[in-house]
Amino acid sequence: MFAFTYHRPHSLRSASAMIHKVEEGKLLAGGQTLLPTMKQRLAAPSDIVDLMQVPELKGITVKGSTVIIGAMTTHDEVATSAAVGEAIPALAKLAGGIGDPQVRHKGTIGGSVANNDPAADYPAACLALNATIITNKRKIGADAFFKGMFETALEPGEIIKAIAFPVPSKANYQKFPNPASRYAVVGVFVAKKGKDVRVAVTGAGQNGVFRARTMEAALAVKFNAKSLQGVSIPADGLNTDIHAGADYRAHLIGVMAKRAVAAAV
Amino acid sequence: MAKSHITLTINGNEVEALVEPRTLLIHFLREQQNLTGAHIGCDTGHCGACTVEIDGLSVKSCMTFAIQAQGANITTIEGVANADGTLSALQEGFRMMHGLQCGYCTPGMILRAHRLLQENANPTEEEIRFGIAGNLCRCTGYVNIVKAIQYAAAKINGTPFLEAAE
Ligand SMILES: Cc1cc2nc3c(=O)[nH]c(=O)nc-3n(C[C@H](O)[C@H](O)[C@H](O)COP(=O)(O)OP(=O)(O)OC[C@H]3O[C@@H](n4cnc5c(N)ncnc54)[C@H](O)[C@@H]3O)c2cc1C
Ligand code: FES
Ligand code: FES
Repeated sequence: MFAFTYHRPHSLRSASAMIHKVEEGKLLAGGQTLLPTMKQRLAAPSDIVDLMQVPELKGITVKGSTVIIGAMTTHDEVATSAAVGEAIPALAKLAGGIGDPQVRHKGTIGGSVANNDPAADYPAACLALNATIITNKRKIGADAFFKGMFETALEPGEIIKAIAFPVPSKANYQKFPNPASRYAVVGVFVAKKGKDVRVAVTGAGQNGVFRARTMEAALAVKFNAKSLQGVSIPADGLNTDIHAGADYRAHLIGVMAKRAVAAAV
Repeated sequence: MAKSHITLTINGNEVEALVEPRTLLIHFLREQQNLTGAHIGCDTGHCGACTVEIDGLSVKSCMTFAIQAQGANITTIEGVANADGTLSALQEGFRMMHGLQCGYCTPGMILRAHRLLQENANPTEEEIRFGIAGNLCRCTGYVNIVKAIQYAAAKINGTPFLEAAE
């Protein structure tokens, strides 16, 4: 790993000032993605701005029918939060199934969403629950935030402050995990809010997380697993890798979606 | 690159040191502190052999910088035995139940199991397997590791250890 200068700001304002001042800065959250990337020299930042001590990025609050989760909240904190478990149990369950205990103790929601790994879990939750990504500059709807594999609407140096999730009437997440890393080979998050149904798929798309519109339309008519009978997702545009082919992933999307609808509460 | 001064607590001892920002915690522990119990199995964040406890959390020490541990309270396998030097319930469990063969994964396993038993004092076999999912063992097949953790849980809880039939 190449050498870098380390900064540990104590406010959001100074974190933002630092990341803009340095030559090639990187924000550090849980480090569970950034450190491996730096070890492989795929990233070689001149400066690291550690967000660990920035108080504005911490905490979980429920305001009316919205759950707001600070960017530096770990997966374990979301998984074990009574407030999240009551308001959006599907989100707590998703967080509890990320990686392994050590990854959940360090990895954060902000880091996961900013990274937008095509096999990550949180992007599916953000898209299906129609979350808003709140940064230090603006608010971005999930539909406009995820731009493709490892790409987001974030500008250089822009810091995610929190993610706001509207509480759905019903939701569930089902993932077919890679047995080694537990990243999603395919993961499907289904959410119903009033008449609106959203289905988000992770792990499968060549451009990262996406919405399955044909499934949404079928479920809007009747929110029942049977409504998905015969609704298939084309294998075109899906990933083929050592874990699964595009046709198998297309099949898995159907299976995971039906399970999610059947289990939605 | 300039080194930074850090102070932290390791196994109850106050430690002061100079570290380069890019030094990983595992390298700091093994090379600067001569605490070679935590192992490097993969360096990619998958095997858990480097697991230590930081402020009550299980952490892979190859996935964090030493400089981030400023002010932290760290426990490694060297700090796990009872104060009088006798084996802790978990160490005894691994010994009695043959929870290790080559022993490479054991320091990480024990540190993770230690935290697991704080989170859940009486875990089922399924909960143990889910709870140690971040720790890989290439020898035992996990059966005896699960037994070792059950043995320790029973000993800590003061309940009889009932070995499940195979
Ligand atoms: C063994 C292993 C298994 C895993 N399994 C899964 C899994 O099953 N599912 C899953 O979804 N993920 C999985 N992950 C990834 C894990 O969830 C990471 O924690 C996550 O992707 C990144 O979060 P982090 O807090 O560690 O971010 P970091 O690694 O610190 O940062 C990642 C990127 O986000 C940027 N960033 C961080 N915080 C902010 C912010 N507030 N604003 C703007 N940019 C920011 C950083 O600059 C960096 O580019 C796994 C990781 C490992 C090592
Ligand atoms: S050496 Fe740290 S996880 Fe393998
Ligand atoms: S005892 Fe050899 S790796 Fe676990």
